[in-house]
Amino acid sequence: MAINWFKYSAPSTFYGLAGKLTPWFAWPAALLFAVGLYIGFFVAPTDAIQSEAYRIIFIHVPASILSMFIYLIMAGYAALGLIFKTRLSAMMASALAPTGALFAFISLWTGALWGKPMWGAWWVWDARLTSELILLFLYLGFIALQASIEDPRRADKASALLAIVGSVNVPIIYYSVQWWNTLHQGATIKMTGTSMHVAMQQGMFLVLAACWLYAIAVALTRVRSIILEREANTQWVKELPEVKQ
Amino acid sequence: MMSRLTVFGLLGLVIKRDLLLAMRRRADVLTTLIFFVMVVSLFPLGVGPEPDMLRKMAGGVLWVAALLASMLSLPRMFSADHIDGTLEQMMLVPQSLTVMVLGKIVAHWMLSGLPLVLIAPVLGLQFDMPADAIGVLMLALLLGTPVLSMIGAVGAALTLGLRGGGVLVSLLVLPLTIPVLIFGAGAVEAVSGGMDAASNLSLLGAFLLFALVFSPFVAAQALRISME
Repeated sequence: MAINWFKYSAPSTFYGLAGKLTPWFAWPAALLFAVGLYIGFFVAPTDAIQSEAYRIIFIHVPASILSMFIYLIMAGYAALGLIFKTRLSAMMASALAPTGALFAFISLWTGALWGKPMWGAWWVWDARLTSELILLFLYLGFIALQASIEDPRRADKASALLAIVGSVNVPIIYYSVQWWNTLHQGATIKMTGTSMHVAMQQGMFLVLAACWLYAIAVALTRVRSIILEREANTQWVKELPEVKQ
Repeated sequence: MMSRLTVFGLLGLVIKRDLLLAMRRRADVLTTLIFFVMVVSLFPLGVGPEPDMLRKMAGGVLWVAALLASMLSLPRMFSADHIDGTLEQMMLVPQSLTVMVLGKIVAHWMLSGLPLVLIAPVLGLQFDMPADAIGVLMLALLLGTPVLSMIGAVGAALTLGLRGGGVLVSLLVLPLTIPVLIFGAGAVEAVSGGMDAASNLSLLGAFLLFALVFSPFVAAQALRISME
């Protein structure tokens, strides 16, 4: 039997699939958030140097990881959309952008809250903080460009090109800023062993998984709204039970 | 039938045309330059006239001002040709759009970047910069401002004909120009601190080559998207 790989690249079929999948990501996300944060705040031991203040790591690190990762996924979808001219890819890219920007913002916010007790300042011009800020600017540029173009097809293509140019620039910006100034503590999680307590690791990875699932659930929900908006004039949308009432 | 132009012939034609058009309306070029001088002159008024502090921040101030000045002139890169339909004709011509975009980028740099490089020493003296720092500043600007025009061309092409395109293009382009700012200002700072600026200048040169290879092509694709 031949598999039709492109079946779910049509917005009309993906709309239903996304609706069915969303709860499968949303509920586990809620569960993992609860368990991960419980471990982070109550089970994990107090840090020898940073005492209780370090616990913000359980939100800060997952948010930072996702903010960077989502940009790459977004640029990937944007590239797919430009190459294969699939409308759904561009819609996924624009559905991911606000979530990525949100995580970048959370990462900056929690970083500032963490910086105050640790470094004695809300904000320091350290390499990673600065590149996270620039990443937020890149997200905002993407969203602003998309918002200011009225023709959705041009908006998709223009913002896709911007996302690709941005993703080529991200490593350059990252290393520029790093050479410019480094005050941030070194990476705690390394590929070969870590210097963290097991409960801390568990809590952090659970919250990371929760953020991941949350991002997928939100992106799927948002892409459903985008599909409805774009396809409002088509027959299949008019026949949807939720539209008919 | 017309003989086919060589790449350099085409490049020369586009540059010559853009320069000629700009010379007919000199005010546009001067505005950018005056803006640059004005922004730089505002800093001592804002932070105080102590020569030590001014000398320390001169490189950064001049670079930030150059960045802003080049943003100011970006929307003009394609918009006049877009409004009178020339751009559409250029895209119909059976010649490489990438080369034509490169020509427009070069012309834009000669009109907005080069004047900044030439006036920078005067402003450097205002900030009491030593002679060797001024030399490095000019060299860094010479390497860096073309990169600003190149990255800017992509932004200008993407925002062609949009409402509020002027502010939007800055929003898109400024984050991407940060490496240029870092190493441009870094070169000046290195020399002022008694170190060698060669590594900073080499990186600026690398950015220039990298941008020279990719940006005309990407900007041409962006124009195609905007003109569809």
